[in-house]
Parts: sequence; C-alpha cells; structure tokens
Amino acid sequence: MSDTTQNGPVLAADGTPLKRSLARALRMQKMRALMLIAPLLLFVVITFIAPIADMLFRSVENKIVATTLPNTVVALQDWDATGDAPPAEPVYESLYYDMFVAAEAKEHTKLGSRLNYEQTGLSSLFRSSGRRLDDAGEAQIDALEDLNPAWEDPAFWYALMDAGSGAADDDLLAAKRKQMTELTDIDHGVDIGFAPRADISQLLPKTADAYTLFALFTAVEDEDVVAEEEPWEAVKVALVQDLQEGADVSSYTGPGAAELAAAQTALAELPAMNFKEVFLDIDKDWGSVDNWSTIQTYSPRYTSGYFLNAIDMQKGPDGPEARPENQQIYMMLFKRTLFMSLVITGSCILLGYPVAWILANLPMRTANLLMILVLLPFWTSLLVRTSAWKVMLQQQGVINDVLVWLGLVADDARLVMINNQFGTIVAMTHILLPFMILPMYSVMQTIPPSYLRAAKSLGANNWTAFWRVYFPQSVPGIGAGSILVFILSIGYYITPEIVGGTTGTFISNRIAYHISSSLNWGLAAALGAILLAVVLLLYYAYDKIVGIDNVKLGG
Amino acid sequence: MVALTPISRTPVSFYVPVVAAAGAFAGLLVGTAQGQSLLGLVGGAVALAIIALVITQLMDNEKASRWGLTLLMLVGGFMIGGLPGGVIGGLFGWFFGWFTFWLFEGRYRATVPPYLTPGQVLWHYGFRVICGAIFIFLITPILVVMPLSFNAEDFFTFTPEMLRFDPDGYSLKHYRDFFTSSDWQQALRNSILIAPMATLLSVSFGTLAAIGLSQPHVPFRRAIMAILISPMIVPLIISAAGMYFFYSRIGLQGTYLGVVLAHAALGIPFVIITVTATLVGFDTSLTRAAANMGANPVTTFFRVQMPLILPGVISGGLFAFITSFDEVVVVLFVGSAGQKTLPWQMFTGLREQISPTILAVATILVVISIALLTVVELLRRRSERLRGMSPG
Repeated sequence: MSDTTQNGPVLAADGTPLKRSLARALRMQKMRALMLIAPLLLFVVITFIAPIADMLFRSVENKIVATTLPNTVVALQDWDATGDAPPAEPVYESLYYDMFVAAEAKEHTKLGSRLNYEQTGLSSLFRSSGRRLDDAGEAQIDALEDLNPAWEDPAFWYALMDAGSGAADDDLLAAKRKQMTELTDIDHGVDIGFAPRADISQLLPKTADAYTLFALFTAVEDEDVVAEEEPWEAVKVALVQDLQEGADVSSYTGPGAAELAAAQTALAELPAMNFKEVFLDIDKDWGSVDNWSTIQTYSPRYTSGYFLNAIDMQKGPDGPEARPENQQIYMMLFKRTLFMSLVITGSCILLGYPVAWILANLPMRTANLLMILVLLPFWTSLLVRTSAWKVMLQQQGVINDVLVWLGLVADDARLVMINNQFGTIVAMTHILLPFMILPMYSVMQTIPPSYLRAAKSLGANNWTAFWRVYFPQSVPGIGAGSILVFILSIGYYITPEIVGGTTGTFISNRIAYHISSSLNWGLAAALGAILLAVVLLLYYAYDKIVGIDNVKLGG
Repeated sequence: MVALTPISRTPVSFYVPVVAAAGAFAGLLVGTAQGQSLLGLVGGAVALAIIALVITQLMDNEKASRWGLTLLMLVGGFMIGGLPGGVIGGLFGWFFGWFTFWLFEGRYRATVPPYLTPGQVLWHYGFRVICGAIFIFLITPILVVMPLSFNAEDFFTFTPEMLRFDPDGYSLKHYRDFFTSSDWQQALRNSILIAPMATLLSVSFGTLAAIGLSQPHVPFRRAIMAILISPMIVPLIISAAGMYFFYSRIGLQGTYLGVVLAHAALGIPFVIITVTATLVGFDTSLTRAAANMGANPVTTFFRVQMPLILPGVISGGLFAFITSFDEVVVVLFVGSAGQKTLPWQMFTGLREQISPTILAVATILVVISIALLTVVELLRRRSERLRGMSPG
C-alpha cells in the first residue's frame, strides 16, 4: 500500500507497472483459450467450411468450355451472336484442332453434356462430331501418303519434328503442356522425350502445334514412345494447311527437306482445307447460330449461368432473360419448399403449444413421465420414424385399415395419404415436433403460474388472461422453436424423398438429383447456395433473437 | 394428487346423459364397423344409460360393479368379435365403469380449483384430451412399428392372424433375416466402425474447445461459436453436396476416413452445446485451488475438472454418436458401397425393395434409443446433483 503515497504508475509485486502486468495476464489467458479452441476450429474449417466454400465456388465456375476449346473461344470472341450468320472459317478451323485433341482425350463428351444443360441437342452434336472428325481432309492425306510412304512412318515424322540437339521451341512446348494439363486435369509437366524444333515451328507453325499436342498425349496418357507412333490425322491436316498456305520450304535444310518440297508441289494442285464444310457435312447443326451463341455465352471461365438457371432464367445474347414457361421448375420448387416448411412450422406450433403448456404446468413427476413421450421420438432414428409413417399412411397401411374396419372409408376407396404433400407434411410435423416443444417448454417453465391467477382475480376471463398475460410471455419460446423447425424443415431430404412422391418433394431432393443423377453439379451448387443463403439468414435471426448459446438439447 | 375441492355426488340428470353420450359415440364406432351406424348410436346410448343407472343406483359396491361391467363387456365382445373383440370390449367396460363413477362421485371436481365454473372444468378436461391426442400422435408411429416387426407375412400391416392373436401370425423371421443377411450385417459392422471413431474425434476436439470457450476472455467468441455450431444448422443436403465435391478433389470421397471426418464434423455442435452448458455451472475456483496445491494443468484437468464435467461430456458424446449412427444424407454422398451404414441400407430398402426386415431393424434401433435416452437422462440428473443445481 506504500505505492499510493508515491507518484507514478501502480506497480505489481515484481516491479512492472500493474497495468502492463494485468494486460500480459489477460493476453496469456486469451492465448490459452484460443490454443484450446484452435484444433477444433481448424478441424471444422477443413472438414466442413472448406467443402461449403468449394460448393459455392463450383456454382460460378465454368472453365470447361475454355479448357476444352481454348482456341475456338478466342476465335469466337469477335463473332456477332445477334446477327444471323454462323461464324467464319477461322472459328471452324480452331474448332477442328481443339475438338480433335478433346476427342482423343475423350473430353468432348463432357463439354457436350455441360452445354446440353443450356441448349438441348449439343450433347449428341459433340459426341457424333468427335467420332467423325478423323475423316476430315481424307483426300489430302491420301494424296500425301501416296506421294511418299514416309508420311506414314512414325520415325520419319519424329526426325522431322524433334529438336534433338538443335534449338527447341520451349515456349510452344510450355504452352501446349499447360493446355493439355487444363484439358485433362493430369499433370503434363513430365519429360516426354520430345521437343519441337525451333526452325520447324517457324516454318510449319500449325504442324508443330498439332504434333506437340500429339506427342504430349502419346507420352502422358497413352504412355507410349512418341517416335514409335504414327501422328494423328490432325497433324497431317495441319501439314497440308501449312504447305498449301505457302510455307517457304526452299530455305529449310533439316531432315525431310526433300519430302516437304515434293509434298508442297503435289498438294498445290489439291483444293484447300475447308473446315466449315467439314463440320456442316458432319452435322448441319454446326451452322446454327443458336448453338454458336450458346458456346460463346458460356465461354468465360466464371458464369452466372447456373444461378440464373436456378431462378428459372437463362443467359441470352442481350443479357439475362426468363426461360420458356415449360422449363420453369425451380421457382415453383422454392415456393413449394417455403410453403410446406411454413405449413409444417404452423402445425408444429399448433400441436406443440398445448403440449409444452401442459408439461410446464403439471406437477414435476407427471411432467417428467410425459416428457419421455416427447423425448423418445426425438431420440429415435429418423429412418425409423419415416418408415413408421410409410407403414401407417400407405394405402394398405394401418390408418387405412382402421378406417376401413370402422366403415368410415370403403375398401375400394382407400385414402391416398402418401407420396403427396399430405404425407410429407404429416411425417415431418411428427419428426420436427420435439424441436418445437423443447424450446417452448423451457420458456414456459420460467413463466410463474401466479400471473395467470392474478389476471383472473382481477376479472379477466380465461381467454383474456391467456391472450393478454400468458401468451406474450411465451412468444420467445414460439419464436425459438419456429425458427429451429423452419431451418430444419427447409433443408430436409430423407423424409420428402421417401414419403413425398412427386408433389411433396423439396428443393433438396432436386439438389440431390442433380448431384447423383443428372450430374449437373454447377446447378446443384447454385441451388444449394441459394438455399444456404436463406438458412444463414434465418440462423442470423436465430442468433439475434435466441442466441446460439441458448440452444438446449433434450430438456 | 391433493384434492383442492370437496366433492359430492352429482345428480342423475347430469351423469347419466353424459355417460349415454359417450356410449352413443362408442356405439357409433362399433355400429359403423358392423354396417349399422344408427342402431349402434341409439343402442350404445340406451345401453350405457341403463348400465350407469343400474351400477350407481341399484348396487352400492363400486369395486364389484366396475369389475362386473368389465367382465360383462369382455364376454360380450368375445361373442361378437372373438379375441380382439373381447380385448376391446374389456377395455370399453373398464373405461365406462371408471368414467361412470368418476362423474357420479364428482371426483372430476377434486383436482381443479373450487372457483371454476362448469364451463371451465369442461375446458380443463377437454384440453387434457387434446393433449392426450397429441401425445398419441407423437408415440403411435413408434409403437406401431414394434408389433409389425413380428409379422409372419411380408406385409407392412396387421394380418387377420395377428389381430386374432394367433401365434401363427407372429414370427421372428424378420429378425432372423437381419442377423443372417450379409448385406445387413455388413451395414451394421460399418455403422459400428464409423460411429465410435467419429464420436471419439468430436468429443476430444469438442471438449477442449468447449473448455477454451468457457474461459472469461475469449476474443471473437460469438463468431467462433457460430462457426462451430454451423454443421448443425446448415441443411444436411448442402453439407453433403459440399463434402462430396471437396472430398472427391482431395481423394477422401468413398473412403472410411472421409466418412468418419464428415460425421465427426456433424457431431461437434452437439458436444460443444452440451459441454459448454455443463461448464456454466463449473466452479473455476476449484481449478485454482488445485493449482494452488501444486497440481500442474494436466493433472488439474484430469483429476479435478474432468470428473466434474464428465456427465456433460458423455451425454455430448452420446448425441454425437446418435448423430453419426443415424446419419444418411452425408454418408450417401461421401461414402461408397464399402461404407454402407445401417441407415443407408434402410433408406435403400424403403426406396426400392421394401421388406419388413426394415421394421425389425427399426425395433432394434428404438430399443437402443430408449437405452441411450435413459443413460442421458440419468447423466443429466447426476450432473445437476454434482453441481448442486437441484436435489435430483
């Protein structure tokens, strides 16, 4: 206490100012608390928060078009989708080379099914085109091979294209490695025993391009030796194009110079490659402006398309527009989910309120006994309760049997109570009722019964006493229970799936369908993100009204 | 129950019509079942009115007349409808005997305050009947499943043999099916392998974190709490979708570890909630006292704090266990055929080839949940007693 007589800061026992010592102790305490929480927080973030974030990311991610058709997307940028002319030759040329690689890697069908979500017919278009692309430029290739069988010889091709000890075009190789890695999700950064010659890639750029892709694919996917495999047709088509476009072969002196010169002379008499014709030959739909505009619309790496789809809209050439009436289902599903959740919450309030009241007002012993009747369903497996309702509500089920036995319903006119909205509402009301009763009960327990008696002794009748005195005090319980039940019911999957049929299903059933059956993961993620937003909003409200800490489990 | 109001016998003009009305209702049910609604209505009313008069006015031994009525109705029911009819008749007889004397002696007045008007008394009991109906709604589905699981046929409803209490109508074949079918046994094994591991993970991480969260000065407490509770709030289908996407990326999809991690994440909120609730009543001066006497933090935790919060930890663990043991949606997406759990098998059973084996499994699960409920309830009381919150 001698410090009080001195000037300056108050000191702790070890001589440091008390303020600093206190701050340090507080900091230590905070650190210790955080250290205890950290492992769990990390665990939840990795196993739970990261997956949710991944799902949100998937709802806008759309790189498949850009990775499968990288050159086409670039070439298509300047095309005017509002006109009625299909794109020009360069777009078809890029499409040919992109598609050829994609078809070899079997990635074109994935892109087809992706684009099919936006424009029906594209899936089959891509599948059939991938198959028939090998026949393109047959006449020119035949001429080339007739001229000199060396063009069918893998070793000759390898000698022509490989840099060996000479200068290599590393930029080209790196670019193609990146393209293939993005296309197939397999790392193409490994040694492939090939590097494109710098002078050839100058002289024959398209051929070098195509051959490098071929070499990467052969070495990485097929795990073959590049020098022993005959190049793709696309490589030969590229050579034909390069030579016909007037590559200056005379200045070239490396391996295969003579063959190149001979080939150029011979090919000069043949017609030039026309890729547009090739594609229109395969399928005239390649001339459709709609198809091309879909590809153009969905070419960016990120898209709002899934979200627009989730609210029954689509991307048009002039921005978002509503889908045709017959394709609008999601808004209807969202509305139905909200409506049914509201009905379920309402019936839970109606059924839960009297029960909570009687539990709170009966003597302790009786109330505890009756509480078991509430807690037993709460603890019983969800599937047990769902199967019980299936047993009860079926047309040959217990309720119908009793009604028929009582003569209230004719045997041939049994009630349809399952596989519709009614079944879902009844079963889910039963399943979620304990979640309503428990919070209501814990609030009502704190309301002194003497208030009601006081109100009555002051002249209120039963109804007034309840409505003006008791009910307002029980509102927090109703609020807590309602939000909890609403949050739980809005995302329910199992029960609607089993007893809901087609008219009683929720948005979550649609999400599950898109993940496991239609494989439209982006749309599933977008629908999930919207549902998540609604739930988080309610969660926030719950936190504000009730407080997360006040969630009670089992009485 | 303590009597609040002195009681007296009620006049004939009150209880006979009431009993007759109840009789009319019962008669209507029986009559409709026989195709004779009007006859049942009138017959029931007249019969019950006469019975009520006879047993109250002519016989003065209450016990004897109630037993007599039960027996009479039992025999009558047996003559009409065999064994089930006898049971129903007996129940009717017991009920009407009790109901008649309850009204006649004015016992219904005993437990309500003396100042209530007749209308209020009627509402008082009407309200209890409504609540009873809701309790029946809550419990019936679970009760119905149990007898049906002993069905000798592959039906999901009561067969005539079962209603006749014919032993041939009952069998254990669905239980036998459950214990011999390799699908179900594999599912059971998976469930037993997954749930305890997930529980262990969530309890050990969750208890530590709950202790951390209960310290007096935790920065961002609200935000941390919101993150830790979120697995309980986010709809399961969204968790399942996210985990499916993310776990496939990192190669956990379709593995045992993936399912365990997912289930542990789902169980954590329950552990956090129960353990933090237990820690609210924990007296921190106990740990300080232990430290004062030279115990290091680890010893203090295991010798002082842990025994006191153990009931909360165990019931949190049981919640986590039941969450994992019951969980379908996430395992459906994160697991593969090798991780098929019991609920998954039930789910496919309900959706595709529907078989009453499901009801046998359901009954077993109900028994398990009754056991768990009892344990949790005992623990809760013990915990409250330990913390001196209530005399137990």
